[in-house]
Amino acid sequence: MFTRETRELLFTFVLFVLLMVGVWLAQRYLNAYLVRIFNTACIYVIAAVAYNLVNGITGQFSLGPNGFMAIGGYTVALLMLPVVQKQEVYFLQPLIWPFNSFSFPPALFIFALLLGGLLAAGGAILIGFPTLRLRGDYLAIATFGFGEIIIVLANNLIPLTNGALGIKGIPEYTNLWWTVNWAFWTVFLVKNLVNSSFGRALKAIREDEVAAEAMGINLFRHKLLAFALSAFFAGVAGGLFVTLISTISPTLFTFSMTFNLLIIIVLGGLGSITGSTITAVLFAFLQELLREVEAPHVIGSWTFPGIPGMRMVVFSAILVILMIFYRRGLFGRQELSWQHVSRILWWGKRAHGGQS
Amino acid sequence: MKENTTILRVENLHVFYGGIHALKGISLEVQAGKIVALIGANGAGKSTALRTISGLVRPREGMVRFLDQDITGEASHRVVELGVVMVPEGRKIFPNLTVMENLFLGGYTRRDLEGIKKDLEWIFTLFPRLQERTWQKGGTLSGGEQQMLAVARALMSRPRLLMMDEPSLGLAPLLVREIFHIIEALNQQGVTILLIEQNAKAALEVAHYGYVLETGKIALQGEGKQLLSDERVRKAYLGED
Ligand SMILES: Nc1ncnc2c1ncn2[C@@H]1O[C@H](COP(=O)(O)OP(=O)(O)OP(=O)(O)O)[C@@H](O)[C@H]1O
Ligand SMILES: [Mg+2]
Repeated sequence: MFTRETRELLFTFVLFVLLMVGVWLAQRYLNAYLVRIFNTACIYVIAAVAYNLVNGITGQFSLGPNGFMAIGGYTVALLMLPVVQKQEVYFLQPLIWPFNSFSFPPALFIFALLLGGLLAAGGAILIGFPTLRLRGDYLAIATFGFGEIIIVLANNLIPLTNGALGIKGIPEYTNLWWTVNWAFWTVFLVKNLVNSSFGRALKAIREDEVAAEAMGINLFRHKLLAFALSAFFAGVAGGLFVTLISTISPTLFTFSMTFNLLIIIVLGGLGSITGSTITAVLFAFLQELLREVEAPHVIGSWTFPGIPGMRMVVFSAILVILMIFYRRGLFGRQELSWQHVSRILWWGKRAHGGQS
Repeated sequence: MKENTTILRVENLHVFYGGIHALKGISLEVQAGKIVALIGANGAGKSTALRTISGLVRPREGMVRFLDQDITGEASHRVVELGVVMVPEGRKIFPNLTVMENLFLGGYTRRDLEGIKKDLEWIFTLFPRLQERTWQKGGTLSGGEQQMLAVARALMSRPRLLMMDEPSLGLAPLLVREIFHIIEALNQQGVTILLIEQNAKAALEVAHYGYVLETGKIALQGEGKQLLSDERVRKAYLGED
């Protein structure tokens, strides 16, 4: 009836419509706390799937996403913060020109996000250019250093970033429409990219660089493109995040953000987009649950003090346990495709038919 | 292409790995439509020669010409685009990708979808075993099947010069025969081949011309049959006294 491609496109479209209906319902009936967790979950999905493109699909070891998210976050904050608000926030040292004299109207929010992503991609090209030509773990070291430098800059470029005080009162433009859409389109784009001939080349690079080169694949160009694209989405995720929580400061995008994302993509299975997506959502919820562990509790006449930092301990323990018993993550390199789904539906129908 | 046109010309190639002088001024030629064999003991520098022609290693001195172009030190993806393609030592197929994905990667530099489809059919007539296993992961193929996949993958790029680094390595005698049959069949269909082999006898039997490499230098050269009957070759590489 349909070719496989059109059928899959149809499935994707149906999923999109369902998601949008879900968002509409959530906006109306879900409490603000849960909505916020879903927003965070979507942002993690964007950042994790993008990160997986480099670390899982292309097999390069980057530790950079926190730096790229910070670039996107500060860009969007500077562009979207109203001018009046800027004068209040920058009381130590005034904000430099031109940022002190303009801000984007709400309608241009999408462009602020895109700019944040582009600047982050620019940062990626800057570090990728000298390091991606080299073999080995230079990328890990360079990206780690890059993230640290961004934080140092955020702390010290006070006329631009307001230093350690950070920027407060960023308009909360991010809502479920934005986050769900970005998450959906990020997954859609990365999935299609991975299944294209370009994506096949990325996987070939992961498998064996020398063989990939012998196939005529330009290693440097492919790695750089994947890295820049990944940074773009990390930048967008950073921008969405600061307009969700309405504040940014140097402590928001420290290395622990990268560590979180690393946990997500390793647990989901390096190279599996499905895995990254699902574990990103689980992670956002688990993080909230574990917040409870850190808070003080009163049981009868006993008061248990909270244990700060417990979350990290629990996550690290989970990571260790999973790496021992489930080394390839929950999904390995498998993907849930529409073929699987339709097979399941088909079997379901058949089973049903048998019963009646 | 005309008979006896030289398509590959290597002149006075010197290659170093750090302080190791791996190739000490080798020169060789490959003519269109021929099979040329490069034989030699372990560590003689055979793979180094191929890697240098492919652009994976840069020579310190000397020149590589393909058709009318100087490709000395050219990036390897450029060399592949020109039609010089290697089946690397140790097969190096992509173990976690399917047979089909491996084959598509072989044709990565091509844009003509129709031609790619035609070549896939051609390759499946050459290697029917691969056709039965298109969805299998490369790493789960047997050693012999992996070697066939490596050759098939290289063919997907429609090479003008196919360079094979020890295609018979680690294969059972029956499969070695099959691989050499395929090499001859390919050549009869017009593919020019530069063949590296430890299995000197089998290689020289199919080769039109041969070079013997000894510790980085060409020690002997001549027509395949002629080298086969050469006393030094018989002693050193065919294990006869
Ligand atoms: N990457 C490298 N670094 C240092 N030395 C190398 C490197 N690659 C090869 N060599 C050395 O260069 C010499 C030639 O190696 P090459 O791999 O070309 O030999 P070969 O003729 O292909 O041998 P074999 O038949 O065992 O494959 C050897 O002495 C080897 O140790
Ligand atoms: Mg060798």
